[in-house]
Parts: sequence; structure tokens; C-alpha cells
Amino acid sequence: MASNTADTGHGAADAVHGSSGMPQLDFSTYGNQIFWLLVTLVVIYLILSRVALPRIAAILNERQGTITNDLAAAEDLKAKAVEAENAYNKALADARAEAQRIAAETRAEIQAGVDEAIAKADEEISAKAAESEKAIAEIRAGALESVKVVATDTASALVAALGGKDDADAVAAAVAKRTEG
Amino acid sequence: MEGDLAYIGAGLAGMGTGIAALGVGNVAANFLAGALRNPSAAASQTATLFIGIAFAEALGIFSFLVALLLMFAV
Amino acid sequence: MGKLFFYVALALVLVSGLVFAPETAGLAIHPMEQFTVTPLFGGDHIAWYTPTNVTLWMFLAVVAIIGLLVFGSSNRGIVPSRAQSVAELAYGFIYKMVEDVTGKDAVKFFPYIMTLFMFIVTANFLGLIPMSFTTTSHFAVTAILAMLVFVTVTITGFVLHGAKFLGLFWVSSAPLALRPILAIIELISYFVRPVSHCIRLAGNVMAGHAVLKVFAGFAGALGAGAFLPIFAITAVYALEVLVAFIQAYVFTILTCVYLKDALHPSH
Repeated sequence: MASNTADTGHGAADAVHGSSGMPQLDFSTYGNQIFWLLVTLVVIYLILSRVALPRIAAILNERQGTITNDLAAAEDLKAKAVEAENAYNKALADARAEAQRIAAETRAEIQAGVDEAIAKADEEISAKAAESEKAIAEIRAGALESVKVVATDTASALVAALGGKDDADAVAAAVAKRTEG
Repeated sequence: MEGDLAYIGAGLAGMGTGIAALGVGNVAANFLAGALRNPSAAASQTATLFIGIAFAEALGIFSFLVALLLMFAV
Repeated sequence: MGKLFFYVALALVLVSGLVFAPETAGLAIHPMEQFTVTPLFGGDHIAWYTPTNVTLWMFLAVVAIIGLLVFGSSNRGIVPSRAQSVAELAYGFIYKMVEDVTGKDAVKFFPYIMTLFMFIVTANFLGLIPMSFTTTSHFAVTAILAMLVFVTVTITGFVLHGAKFLGLFWVSSAPLALRPILAIIELISYFVRPVSHCIRLAGNVMAGHAVLKVFAGFAGALGAGAFLPIFAITAVYALEVLVAFIQAYVFTILTCVYLKDALHPSH
């Protein structure tokens, strides 16, 4: 701040010498400032328009491109994943159907085998049973016969022992009568 | 004597800076009031806000300049 | 590479601040002294070609811009490094602003607007370094920036639209009787644009730095009570960081708005 009012009266002309006055209004420095400003602006303009701005624009474009590509790739991969999932599901369903078919077939086969075996077994069993029955009948017939012989013999012996007359025919008739009865 | 009058004038001109501050406050206050009513439109109007503040403030800077001229250059 | 560059730039800034700082003056408060243009290598006379502190700090701004935008992006990483993401942020910020405010056909002006923005924002931030010199606080600098915009807008308007560009001043939606008056007002406002455009930037930056200097003078005078002004300096400094960016933003967006008038004068 100007302490002496007489000094301030001179104004801008001697501002370059004293600390009073505004350096902004010291017109003797204007040429200098304007010259260096124009040099600076031209230099900045050349640097920006030739080097910096194209480079930054390229970087931004490249990033935008990368992002777009990545998004597209991600979309692609997602579609592939969905496709794969569908294929997997389809394969799973196929496999399940196949398994069911095989199981049913196997079951049918086994059933058939079992049925056959059962039929065969039944047949065998019935054959065996018939055979056995026959054998049993034979044995029973044999036994009856033997019983008749033994009974006749025993009856004859008893009759003889009791002092009766050994009437073979009568004994045989009596035994036959008793055993049939 | 003339220089003393210049200082008085500088003081009067300095008041203009404060009056311009009223204008700037007015701009900001009205912007805020509008922005609170319609917040979705506020973001697109910040450039307009700064232009308004700049125009209001320029006049305050003019009076500040007059004060400086009276103090240092008259 | 980027990190090394950053440290070298920082060291350069500090050394230049120590070597080329203006003499500080005792207890008296000289808020305007920090803006003095002084020759770098001694001498009194400042010719148009003399290397001054203006030259130095503009050179540092160029170095900072190269460091950020050229070396910062030299890796061309898909996943950006820190410097690269700042560079991309600045690019996207300005590109979107040009597209949104001015229109898609204004993209050919993008390098020009980016130049303005990067210069102003780096000059503002470099000016916030203590003992530095703020080039954007000088009317000579901002006036040239504003005049460049004004000339660009006017020439573009006349080249693209010829005499129809004058329709900008002839408000056809207003009643016929009012139109000449409105035309005069529009004409005046058109020519005041570069003035307010340049004074807004320089005035804001100058005012903030002057306030910091005044508080610093208080701190020097108060002795033990200096913590109060130092606290105030901290607060004002934070505000100045904000202002440094906002003024660059405002300058750029107003450039876009004016350019829109040149490209689409009917609106």
C-alpha cells in the first residue's frame, strides 16, 4: 500500500521502479509478457495437437475396444456355457432313458429266464413226483403182495401149530378175504 | 488530499465486491432450491450454474479492480 | 519415468522459487509486489525478448503439461497409471464440455480449447506454490487469451455464416420497435465479453493472492499471535485451490459458450 500519496499520483509509469502501484498496469512489461505467452501457447498447442491428444484418444479408443471385445467374448462364452449345459442335460436325460431301457430289458430277460427255469423246474418236479408216485405205488403193491405171502405163510404156520389141517386154499382164501377187507 | 479521496473511493468501490457476493449467493441459492425440487435435472445444469456465478462474480471483480486502481494507480 | 520426471519438476520449482523469488519486505504489507515482472538474469530494462520470471513460470507450465499429458500417458496402459488417469480425466472433461456446450461439430476446436484450459489451470496451480509468480494474474496475459477467443469466435462466425452472423445481434423474437435498442445492447455486450473474460480470471487470481499476502503481513506483524492469520491463510489457500480450478473451468466453458454463438448463431 502506498504510504505516500504523492507517489501514487504518478501511476503506472513508474510502477516498475517502486513497490507502489500495480505491476499489472505497468505497460512497459506488456510486450515481454505477450511475446512469451504467445510462444508458450504455440508450444502447448503443438505438443497437445501433435503428441498428447492423439495418444490419449488412441488409449481411450483402445480401452473402449478392449471393453467391447471383452463384453462380446463374455457374451460368447456365456452362450457356449448355456449350450454346454443344454447338451449336458440332454446327455443326462438320454443316459437316464438308456439306463431305464437297459434295466427294463434286463428285467424282462431275467424274468423270462426265471419263468423258463420255473417251468422247467415245475416239469421236473412233476416228473419226479410222478415217478415217485409210481415207485411208491409199486412199493405199496409189492408190500401188499408180501403182506399176503407173509400172512398166508404165518396163517399156515399158525394153523399147523394149532394142529389143524394145512388147507392151503382155505388159508389163502381167508388171507385174501382179510387183506382185501 | 486528492489521494485521500481516492482511498475513500476505493472503500466505496470495495463495497461493490460484497454486493456482487449477494448476487453469487442468490444464484447458488436458487440453483440449490431448484435442485432439491428436481434432483434428477440438477446434474445437467451445473455448467449453467457456473456460468451464472461467473457472470455475477465478474461485476464484483470489476469493482475490486476499480478499488485497486484508485489505491495504486490514481 | 513419470515419477522421476515429477521429482525433477518439483526440485526445479523449489530451486527456482528460492533463487528467483522477489525480495520480501519487512513488516510493511506489499500485496502487489508479488506480481512484479523482473528480468531473470539481472538488469533493469525489460525488452520484449528479455527472459523474465514470466518466461520461467510459463516454461514450468509447459514442463508440467508435458509431464502430465505426454510422459504421463507414455505407457499407453489399458489399465491407467495415476498420471495417465489424470491426463485421461482432463481429456474427457474438456472433450465432454466441448461436445455438450458447443456441439459435436466443435470438436475441431478441441485442441485449441484444451490448450487454453491446460495453460490456465497449470499456471493457476503453479502460482499457488509459495514464492512463485502467477502469470495468469496479469492482465496482459489474460487479455491476450480473451482476445484470442474473441477473434476466433468472430472470424469463425463470419467465415461460417457470412453476413448472417450479424443476426446474432438482431433479436428476431422481440417486437420490431425494440429490436434496434436490443441490437445496440447485444453489440455492447458482445464487445464487453473479452473484457469481462480477461478481467474475471486475472482479478480472481490477483485478489486471492493479494489477500494471502495481506494476511501474511499480519502474521509478520503479530509475533506470537501469528497463528490466527496463519490459520486464515490456510483457509484462504484452500479456497484459492478451488478458485484456481474453477476459474480455469469458467474461462473454458465461457469460451465454449461464445464458440457456440459462432457455430450456431440462430440460438
